[in-house]
Amino acid sequence: MDFLYNHLLSIILFFPAVAAILVVFLPNGEDKLARWVAFIASLVPFALTLVLWANFDATNAGTFQFEETYVWYSTINSNFHIGVDGISLSMVLLTTLLTPLAILASFNIKEKVKAYMMLFLFLEMGMLGVFLSMDLLIFFVFWEIGLVPMYFLINQWGSENRNYASLKFMIYTVGGSLGLLLAIQLLGVLFGTYDIAAITEGWTALNSGMVMGMPVATVKIVAFWAFVVAFAIKVPVWPFHTWLPDAHTEAPVAGSMILAGVLLKLGAYGFIRLVLPLYPAESAQFAGWLAFLAVMAIVFGAFGAYGQWDFKRLVAYSSVNHMGFVLLGIAAAAKAPGTASAHIAMNGAILQMFNHGISAAAMFFLVGVIYERTHTRDLKKYGGLFPLIPVFGGILIFASMSSLGLPGLNGFVSEFLVVRGAWAEMAGFTAAGMIGLLFTGAYILKGIKNVLHGPLNEEWAHGDHKISDINLREVLVMLPLMALMLSLGIAPAWLLGVINNAVTALF
Amino acid sequence: MTFPILSVIIFSPIVAALIILMMPAERKTEIRVMALMTAVFALLLSLWVYLTYDQSLAGYQFIEKYDWMPAFGISLHLGVDGISTPLVLLTGVVMFTGVIISWGIEDRPREFFAFLFLLASGVFGVFVALDLFMLFFFYEIAVFPMYLLIAIWGWVKTREYAAMKLTLYLFIGSVVALLGALAMYFQSGMGTFDMLMLETANFSPEFQKIWFLPVFLGFAVLGGIWPFHNWSPDGHVAAPTAVSMFHAGVLMKLGAFAALRVGIMLLPEGAKFWAPLILMLALVNVVYGAFIAMIQTDLKYMIGFSSVSHMGLVMLGFATLTEQGMTGAGVQMFSHGVMTALFFAATGMVYDRAHTRKIPELGGMIKPLPWVGFAFIIGGLVSMGMPGFSGFVAEFPIFMGVWQVKPWVAILAVISIVITAAYIMLAIRRTFFGEMPKEFEGHITPIKAIDKVALVLLSGLMIGLGIFPGIMVPMVQSGIQNVLRILGGA
Repeated sequence: MDFLYNHLLSIILFFPAVAAILVVFLPNGEDKLARWVAFIASLVPFALTLVLWANFDATNAGTFQFEETYVWYSTINSNFHIGVDGISLSMVLLTTLLTPLAILASFNIKEKVKAYMMLFLFLEMGMLGVFLSMDLLIFFVFWEIGLVPMYFLINQWGSENRNYASLKFMIYTVGGSLGLLLAIQLLGVLFGTYDIAAITEGWTALNSGMVMGMPVATVKIVAFWAFVVAFAIKVPVWPFHTWLPDAHTEAPVAGSMILAGVLLKLGAYGFIRLVLPLYPAESAQFAGWLAFLAVMAIVFGAFGAYGQWDFKRLVAYSSVNHMGFVLLGIAAAAKAPGTASAHIAMNGAILQMFNHGISAAAMFFLVGVIYERTHTRDLKKYGGLFPLIPVFGGILIFASMSSLGLPGLNGFVSEFLVVRGAWAEMAGFTAAGMIGLLFTGAYILKGIKNVLHGPLNEEWAHGDHKISDINLREVLVMLPLMALMLSLGIAPAWLLGVINNAVTALF
Repeated sequence: MTFPILSVIIFSPIVAALIILMMPAERKTEIRVMALMTAVFALLLSLWVYLTYDQSLAGYQFIEKYDWMPAFGISLHLGVDGISTPLVLLTGVVMFTGVIISWGIEDRPREFFAFLFLLASGVFGVFVALDLFMLFFFYEIAVFPMYLLIAIWGWVKTREYAAMKLTLYLFIGSVVALLGALAMYFQSGMGTFDMLMLETANFSPEFQKIWFLPVFLGFAVLGGIWPFHNWSPDGHVAAPTAVSMFHAGVLMKLGAFAALRVGIMLLPEGAKFWAPLILMLALVNVVYGAFIAMIQTDLKYMIGFSSVSHMGLVMLGFATLTEQGMTGAGVQMFSHGVMTALFFAATGMVYDRAHTRKIPELGGMIKPLPWVGFAFIIGGLVSMGMPGFSGFVAEFPIFMGVWQVKPWVAILAVISIVITAAYIMLAIRRTFFGEMPKEFEGHITPIKAIDKVALVLLSGLMIGLGIFPGIMVPMVQSGIQNVLRILGGA
């Protein structure tokens, strides 16, 4: 047991990779076996995360726990250094929870099952690695590694326009990371280490003089924006969001679930873990700009979603809208670090990351469920389906309400916290963001109305296209998500407590 | 007396080549088995050298010295350091996989393997030579069989042109470098070609500044430095698969290695003076090579130009004259060698079946050739510098080195990463995924088990080095520290 506790994080991190290799060596043609092996293998990190959660010292959530350090690349002084604090713990939980659900949601994949499951497990490792890294280079390694499985998931199992979407995804993200890569190299060269804590200390203390032949202030501002752009593309923040609707729309259902559920959080996590600690002064200086971008994301994301007639695109734009709140919270926290408002806003931002993770995954899954039955995502072609598929309808409304931010469900809590925290610092932006919230209601209701209500499209009632209700496996995917939506809406303290302890200690 | 392992590594391929030449030409299977045994032998010996090289001692090890022409101060002086040891291993790996890939050659396999081994001997020789004369001797031995291998077994359409172009380019380069070597010989007044002695010759800064460029660029031609890279893609394309593997995988490293060993290490003051220029040329290599690779429609041309881009990173690393940059460059030589060998092996396997290398004419190859597809994808990820693979481990320190010298060069060079990602991903998709053209239906036969050995070995090396940089980087670093000592001390 000691071994387990001492290496808990590396086991959680690398178990999916080991399982992925195992899946490759399963006999060909045994699709069922591959599915179950992958599913059970993905439950192991989740179970271990629960162990981690139980043993995590929540009162000291601001300090890293379960740290492990191994020499990785001695030549450039980069160590394999991992650990969790309250912020990363909640993200690890989100990742290990969503991955088994996404794999369960992929049981209807018929082609190249082994390769699909392998990529999914590798993807999980990449995402977990980002959340666990305490070394800047390791962070970047995992940051990039996650791209490869996602690219192939979209490219191989996506819908018609997948080639365009996958390449766009790849180029956008690789291109966006170039600045990050350069800035990381710069920091590594300056400080001779990649340890995030050491770099943070050195970099924040460095306030005068010249770096690389330029004044420190200039270099810091350039490097700040290099970090911001890389993470903003991933979040995605307006105007860097245009890859997202394409990638989401073309990705397979489970790919969208993970993309919206976890991958977007990587960007927001980058802001919280790296941008704010490394560039406190610049973050405060440019907080207004970040808030502006966040509000644009909220408003345009909502407008964009409202304008869609493709159900999946609608949900995709809703991600832009919801992730805008995350950035708004971060911007508010950046503007006035240490204040109560900042803590509230940051709590809201992190909780919103978690909430959006579960509700976006749920929404994408539900779109996938109805697409599988109707083979269309065109909202105009549904209509009046509620009587035909009542269970699905109920679940869809439930998940939509979570996304809309109905009090009593999870979305309300986090959005309220963000708004409450941001109001004191940037009332104007916050007020503008509320307009976006109004349209959030509009597009959610538009989705529900066109699918469930209105005149029945007779095509789905009879004959070959007769629609069937959601099946047991699909309900099983939704159940944990719905339970979380409800529990976080009514009693968010179990999660918020851990997050809050970390936030108050760090910001 | 200890076992003279380095001379055995150098001369066993020649001996094997002679034996093979004496075998009856129609006994093709026996010839192939003989070739494979020789390659396995060389691989094991080079692995032995790699594993027993003592990193804590560093410096030159496995030293052998025999008089050859004492009157002129020429001796067969052999030894490996942290830089050349990985390259010896690389040569062993490429030789082994090259022989495997060439198993199916039906046209005069006897002569083919004999020339290939002569080439391998020359390459081993350059990497382990500590005598300037011997270095040139082996250098020419390596270049000459290349001509025949391309002209006789190459791609019918361009082989004569490419073989001629390649040989002329390389001979001109080496003649220029040879002039520099002779100048050093006479200037030093020590009457020796021994490089360890010449290192201590204390050439005047003026002498070094004059002769550094001819020596460095003369060798760097073989490393594909811009604007002398032009021979290389043509040569790659025209050469048969195993020769392309040797050519891009090992031969280009000869150029870079000799440029380091002779240019930078013997003329350190010159290196310091001209480093900014080399940095600029290498920057052009990196970015321009990537752009040109992007517009290629022939898989082999694409890989050829990507080699130009990647070898540019090697030169870029050397030109920083920093520990990290040069260490990265040393690792990049190994990583790129393995990567292009894999690329050319995979491309060759596709070409042998589809009889075309035009990317637009291919498609859906992953179904009949899953192993080749996976290997190509891994090679592609290395090429993009994806973390977790050897390319990242090599390129990252190079960029760190460049930051220390000229930050804006790093900022420009990094553009190549996204360009590379674009063309590699497009090539993978168009070649291996999508619909397979109708005419290939039933023609794409699966690869042999022995081919899988080659693909797995090459891919495994890149993944292993990517995940555990410690298995090679400290060794290279120990060699580079010696170079820095020379640079600092001169």
